[in-house]
This record gives sequence, C-alpha cells and structure tokens, in this order.
Amino acid sequence: MTRVLRHSSATMSSAARAWLLLTPLLGVLARPLAAQEPSQGVRIGLTYSAGTRPGLYVLPLRGTNADSIRAILTRDLDFSDRLSVIAPDSGAPVTGALNYPLYARLGAAAVLQLSLNAAGGLHVVVHEVGAGRVLFTRDFPLSGTLHSAEWRFRLHAIADEIERQVTGAPGIAATRVLFVRGGTLWQVDSDGAFERPVSGVTSALGPVWHPSGTKVAYTELRDDGTHVVLRDLATGAVRRISTRRGANSSPAFSPDGRTIVYSSGEDGTDLFSVPMDGGEEYRVTVGRGSTNSQPSFAPDGRRLAFTTSRLGRPEIYITDSDGANPELLTTSGFGDQLYRADPAWSPDGRFVAFSTQIEGRFQVATIGLRDRAVKQHTMEGVNEDPAWAPDARHLVFTSSRSGTKQLWVLDTESGRLRQLTHGPASRMAAWSPRLSTAR
Amino acid sequence: MLNRSFVVLAVAGIALGAAACRPPAPEVAPTPTANRDSIDAANAERERREAEERAARERREAEERAARERAAAEERTRREAEERARAAMAAARAAFATAIYFDLDKAELTSEARAVLDAKLPLLRANANVRIRIAGHADDRGSDEYNLALSQRRAAAAKRYLVDQGIPADRIDVAGFGEERPAAQGSGEDAWSKNRRDEFEIIVGGETLRLP
Repeated sequence: MTRVLRHSSATMSSAARAWLLLTPLLGVLARPLAAQEPSQGVRIGLTYSAGTRPGLYVLPLRGTNADSIRAILTRDLDFSDRLSVIAPDSGAPVTGALNYPLYARLGAAAVLQLSLNAAGGLHVVVHEVGAGRVLFTRDFPLSGTLHSAEWRFRLHAIADEIERQVTGAPGIAATRVLFVRGGTLWQVDSDGAFERPVSGVTSALGPVWHPSGTKVAYTELRDDGTHVVLRDLATGAVRRISTRRGANSSPAFSPDGRTIVYSSGEDGTDLFSVPMDGGEEYRVTVGRGSTNSQPSFAPDGRRLAFTTSRLGRPEIYITDSDGANPELLTTSGFGDQLYRADPAWSPDGRFVAFSTQIEGRFQVATIGLRDRAVKQHTMEGVNEDPAWAPDARHLVFTSSRSGTKQLWVLDTESGRLRQLTHGPASRMAAWSPRLSTAR
Repeated sequence: MLNRSFVVLAVAGIALGAAACRPPAPEVAPTPTANRDSIDAANAERERREAEERAARERREAEERAARERAAAEERTRREAEERARAAMAAARAAFATAIYFDLDKAELTSEARAVLDAKLPLLRANANVRIRIAGHADDRGSDEYNLALSQRRAAAAKRYLVDQGIPADRIDVAGFGEERPAAQGSGEDAWSKNRRDEFEIIVGGETLRLP
C-alpha cells in the first residue's frame, strides 16, 4: 500500500525549501530523501491533496497497437481529473536514465514510461520526478482480442493501478455505467466506449449495481404494472424481488450487498427492505398514503436517503435504515418550485447528490451531510438523476444540453464535464463499483 | 208414300179446321228461344260470385299486407331496441374507459374526475364478476423514477373513490407506469395535461357484460 506523505513547510530545511522552489508544481509536496529512509515494504509516493493535480508526463510508446494503448491509458488518467496529463504525440521513446529536471520544468510530478514486453504485455514504469527515481515498475499481461471489451478492460485496470501509485487512490477506469435506452438496459465503458445493450433484457428502468459488480436490480415494466427484479449479469438468471401487484420500483442495495430496499404499495408507496437471500419484508417508511421512493444508502449502511411527498411536494429525507428518525434533508429554501428528488449518497458518505428545480428547470446539486450546505453543479439545459462513481468525486447524470437526453460525467471538484453517451436518448445511469472482470 | 200422307194430313187438317167455327192455331213444336230472365239471373249470380271472390281476395291481401307491416314494425322495434341496447352498452363501455386527469405533481381527484368515475359505477355494479385495472401515468417532467411511484398514487386515488362507492377492492388492480407510456407525445401543457391520467381497463369478464 503506497504511503502518502504530507510535509509542512514550517519544518522543512532550507535546502529542501530551495529544492522545492525548482519544481514549479502547484501544491505538490515531497519529503526530501535525506529526511527519511524508506523501510522495508513502505513505498514513498507523491502526496496528493484534494484540489491539486500533479502533472503526469506520458512518454511515447512504440510497437504494435502502441497508439491505441497509449491513447486509452492517457484518456483514462486524464478522465480521473486527479492528474494533469501531459502526453505529446510526437517524440521518441526514452531509453536509459530520465532527465528528471527536464520533466520538472515541463510541470510533471511523475513520468509514465511504457513499453511492450516480450510476452506481448505492457511494461510500466512510473518515475517520481521530484525524488528523481523510479516509483513503481510492473509487467501487466494484455489479453483478449485487440480492441475487444476485455482488452480495453485490461488497459483500464492498468490505468487505475498507475493512478493508485501516483495519487494514492485507484482510478475509476475499470468500471462501467448501466443506463436505460429505449426502455431497456444498456451499458457503456467508463471512457464512453462500447455502448451496448445488456442481452436478454426486454424492459428495464432505474438500474442499480450490486456491490459485487456481478448483479443488477431494476424495475421491469409489463402490461400489469411494474416489478423489481434481480439479474445475474454472468448467467442472465432473473428473479423477481417484489411481491405486490402493479407498483414496485426504484431498488437499492445496502453497501454490504445483503439487503435490497425498494418502493412499493397499493395506496401510496413505502420503502420495503428484504434480505437478498429471501425472507420477510420489512416496512421502512410509514408514508400514510404519500409517495416514498428512490432509496439510497449511506456507505456505512446505517442510514438511507429517499424521496417523499409527505410534505405535499417531493423532498429528500434521510432515515435510519430500520425506518427510525426520519428527517428532512433538503431544508434550505433554495430553488423555486420546491421539488427535490433522485437522491444519491456519495460513497465516502459526505454528500447526497440530487435533482432540484431551479428557475423552472432541473439541475444537479449536492448537499453536505455535516453542514447541509447546498452546491449547484449544473446550469445549462435540464439536468437530473445523478449517480456517483466509486471515487466519490465524479457523478454521471442525464442532461438535455446536447439536444437529446444523454449521460454526462461531472467532476464535482473541478466542474469539468464530458459527454459519456451518444446516439439515441439515454437516461437513468448507474455507475458500477470497481470491477474485476470485463463482462 | 210421302206425297200421299201429306195430302191426307193436309186434307184432314183442312177438314178439321173447317169443322170448327174458328180455325185453331196450328200446333207447332216450340223452337228454342233465349230466356232473358234466366240468363240475367245467371249473369247476376256469376257477377256476384266474382265480386265476392274479388272482395275475399282483396281482404286476404289486405290482411297479408297488414300482417307483413306488423311483422316489419315488430322487426323494426326489435332492431331499434337492439340498437339502443348496443348503444347503451357502448356508452357504458365508453364511460368505463374514459380517462381521468390530474394536476401537475398531484394525485388528488378533481371534481371532473369524480364525475367521470361516477359514470363508471353503473357498469361495475351490474357486472359483479368483472375485474378492472386502473393504470396511473405521469407527464415527462420531473424525476422519471419518482414518477413511477407518483403515478401509482393516482391509480390508488381512483380505486379508493370507487371502493368508497361500494365496488369491492379485490376487483380493482392498480398499476403505475410513470412517464413511460404517454398518451400524447411532445412537450408543452397540451401534451402534458393529456399524460397526467388514470386509464381504466377490464381485465376479466369484458366479453359478457350485462347492461346496467
């Protein structure tokens, strides 16, 4: 596990301070080698603090499919929004020792050196510029047909590991986003490649990933109404979770993957919790005829957020997961026509993202659980239905800004936006956990 | 011989005639002459008979005509009654199938909605074996997923009203389709108002409905 170190300038020696002045990097601090001997099993990595973006210089790669490999890795690292990727197209691959001061002058805190090994795999070396040494070396196998989903998935996993070495936290490249198109279930890789339907699904709304990444729950719409089902992605096996007729929707999994909560009812809807391996249903909310829907668990599984109409219009409440202590979360008087829905609790527990109506249009906002401060993240078009990436930093949501409803990815820290899906209208996105397989 | 007999007879006759004071009218065999009275009588008889037959025929034809007209009138009456029954059944079905509409983000019944629901009661009361489904819908604004649950409340509101009016709850299914099955495409209040609705469908017993 890479240890990430932070150094305060108050205790820095004057030599270290002078040395640091030579590295024109925004906010990147590195403990000078003289001040610490690395002990067995501990690696010194770059510090990474929120709001900073260490520069990563990606050296050229030559060889079979080199351009594709480098392009995919570069894009994944750039999309993490935690690194400033410097990857010029031209230049010759570097062999031998690196000229670290050169890269420092170019703004890089780290250098990524790639080459293809004899087995057709990727040899990866990450250099730490400030320390002037190799931080990390590994050979990664590359399997699967060229350009296939599996081959790309391998590269995404490599990018995530590179990011972990450089910043201390893995990337989110080896993930997928499920969404709804034409009333049925589709998926796309995190970088926007391979929009494809999930085979064997005829009707699906509001998908959610099981924490294992191997199953998905969603609402199935049939002539007699809506039902909640659970689908195994590998086998295609489908099991109906809901028991009532006609109105069952918006499932959510507890973070330990053992419980599923969904909205159901015959007169109004309430949240019901049921163990994944079967058993008695438990009523979580007592809505007394109001609409209660869209549960979203806190990462510790102890609380969940949901949308309720009990105040006369949709608002977001949080409650203990057994239904005790329901409390209004979206209390602030922001927005005009009060309508808040689509709650999504961030994987680090700090925020609930949601849709809120502002000046007649829906926008994506987040509210802090501690300070209840609301931050609006979108302005243009109609934006709704946010879902968190596993890094607790990126959100995927539905936006009309391009003319049709499409999925867009937002970095909540920098505000950077990119369009994820293209083609026919797309909505109701769910970001997978970090996945271990390409399927 | 003839000449001799004749002369004898003639002489005898003259003699006889001469013997009387007055000579008697000669006895002559009557030749057939037309008897006007009997002919007239026969004619009159025949005409009378023909007139009777004509009259009888005319009476018969009149009766047949009348009978046909009666039958036709009955047929018409029967068809009209059938038509009325068909129309009444079509009206009852139409009243049953008429949708009710809702205000934005609301699941409460308007007074128009209640009137439309009242018009469904006769058919439901006359057909105790019928099972219906009320499907709630929403317009495409607002949260897609939340609209699934909201639309269920719209169906539940209509069900509650019908149950309050005496229809057994176990004859009514509810479903919520959210914004997924719009009645009108496009945006703008014109389309939206047509989509915020409940629809009504007979799911069991619709083929053999009795008139209310």
